[in-house]
Order: sequence, then C-alpha cells, then structure tokens
Amino acid sequence: MKLILGWLLLIASVSVSAANFSVINAAKSNISFVSKQMGVAVTGNFAQFSSQISLDTANLATAKAQITVMLNSIDAGSAEANDEVKGKAWFNVLAYPNATFVASSVKAVAGNRYLAAGKLTIKGRVRDVVVPFTAISTGASLLLDGSIPISRAAFGIGEGAWADTSVVADEVQVRFHFMMLN
Amino acid sequence: MNNRYTYPAIGLHWLMALMIVLTWPLGLYMSDLPLSPYKLQLYAYHKWIGMVVLMLLIARVLWRLTHRPPALVAGLPRWQVVAAHSVHVALYGLMLAVPLSGWLMSSALGFQVVLFGVLPVPDLISINKPLGATLKSVHEWLNYGLLSLLIIHVGAALQHHFMLKDDTLRRMLPCLGVRK
Repeated sequence: MKLILGWLLLIASVSVSAANFSVINAAKSNISFVSKQMGVAVTGNFAQFSSQISLDTANLATAKAQITVMLNSIDAGSAEANDEVKGKAWFNVLAYPNATFVASSVKAVAGNRYLAAGKLTIKGRVRDVVVPFTAISTGASLLLDGSIPISRAAFGIGEGAWADTSVVADEVQVRFHFMMLN
Repeated sequence: MNNRYTYPAIGLHWLMALMIVLTWPLGLYMSDLPLSPYKLQLYAYHKWIGMVVLMLLIARVLWRLTHRPPALVAGLPRWQVVAAHSVHVALYGLMLAVPLSGWLMSSALGFQVVLFGVLPVPDLISINKPLGATLKSVHEWLNYGLLSLLIIHVGAALQHHFMLKDDTLRRMLPCLGVRK
C-alpha cells in the first residue's frame, strides 16, 4: 500500500514538474522602479538580483519565491543619485547589501492574475506585503509581471532631509518582469 | 507720434528679463550643490522658469511680428544701428536656444520637465545619457553666450540713458516720459 502511494506521489510530482517553472532567464528579466521627484517620474532599476522561484499555476500550494536584490547594483538615474542612494540615509548598502522578498503563499485572483503574499525586507525592516502579478505561459516559458508600491518611510529609505515627501514622494513603484523556464 | 514700445511688449520684455536674471545664476549655483532635496527643488524651479520663458518668447515673437517697434533714436551711426539689430536678433535666438537646450538635456538625461510639478512637458528625445552630457555643455555655452549679449545689451541701454541722455531706454520703460 505504501509502495503504491509512493508511486502515485512520484508520478504526481513528475507530472507537476512538467508545468512547474523554476529557472529564471536573467537576461530577459528585470526589476525596475519609478520614483517621483518634484512631480517628475524618474525610472531606475536594479541590475543584479537572484531569485528562487518555483511556480506551477495548476498547483499554487507548492509555489515558492525568494527574490534577493543586490542594492549596490542600483541605477537611480544619474551617477550622483547612485552614490547618494547607496549611502546611510537611503539603502545603507554597506550594512544592508540586499533586499529580499520571500513569498509565503500564492493565490489565484482571476484569469492569469495572482497574489503573492510574503515578507519584504529592506534595510533590516520586515514588512508584510501582497504582490499582485500576472503569469502568462508561452509554452516553454512563463512570464511573470507585477508591480507593488513601496513606502520609503516604512523602510527608512531616504531619511533625514530626504524624508520630506514633498520633494521625493513616499511611494516608489517597483516593477518586475521575470521570464521563467521549466 | 508715440515713440515707445507697446505695453504688452514692455511687459513681456521686463517679465522675461526678471526671469532670466533669476534663473541664470540659479542654474550656475544649483549644479554645483551636493545632491539634496533642496537641490532637486532648485532644479525644478530652474526648469519651470526656463519653460515659462520659452512660452513667453513665443507670445513675444508673435507680438513683435505683428506690432512695429518704435524707431531707434535719430542720428545713430550706421554701425550702431546694425549692432543693435544684430544683438536683438541674437538675443531672441538665445532666448529660444537656451531653454530648448535645457529641455532637450532634461529629456536625454531621463529627468522629464514637469511644469509646476503637475504638467508633464513631452520629452522631445528619448533617454540617451552621452547625448545628455553633450547637451549639458551646449546649454552651458549658450548661457555664457546669452550672458555676453546681455552685458552688451544692458551696457548699451545704460550708456544711451546716462551718457548720451537719449530716449533709447525710455522707449522700453512703462512710466518715464519721453524727452521732448
């Protein structure tokens, strides 16, 4: 009996893995953000990040995601801004080199829309977040696209004089595009 | 016969003069500041003033083309007439080129101009950092050109007013009567 059950589980896991996407195509994936400075939308991005994502849209209970962003790889729009945001008042990359998101659950909303709940850690501060995203399968790959507003104040990103949100808005929209392969 | 500019021409001249005199040193000052919220505010103000100058320039040129300016004071040597016209034409050119180069530079560097923080001004070109750096130099050199011409323009106006004691400057003043 145990043997049969074991076989069934094995078969089930094999059949699931066919639709399970866990390899990221880094060259075709990106994490970008838009901040507002004096009403001006300025885009930036993080060139380096790593991710362990495992997603089978037919079996969301097994979904896993851990995304680590190397903050030192930030491009905030100018060399001057890059130096500034790596400093203590912003990300303090010497003390906190990475930002991480660890998903605890993924649930379907409608169509190809999903919500990933989890914990976002930036600058040593942990916040619960829910990340809406779409998952579109193109056969060999799965495209994950989503965005989430992040409050600078919640993570102490831009302290001191920079805490004035009339110059740099509190909300920064972070967008991601991941191409997953199975 | 009224030997004076029209009031709209006088108003636009002095309003733009004030804005240029404010934003020129602002541009020089702000660019050397360390990055801070204060710096971002000053950049925004500088761009807003520049864009308003550009818009006022359009109105001013239209007005100038449809309203004949008063004649120059009588008895000027030929070279002064040519110099006055040349400097005026060059000033118009630079009042166009300076804000335009700033606008293009902002677009190329990825910092769109958003007038008064609410009205996005379309980017004329897409982001191109090397081009943006070039445009920054162009913007600076055009500004030094503008400063040079302003010194000549203001110097000549003051010379006419205080040394030659003629009506050249009074033609552009709203309240002082024209000499008999």
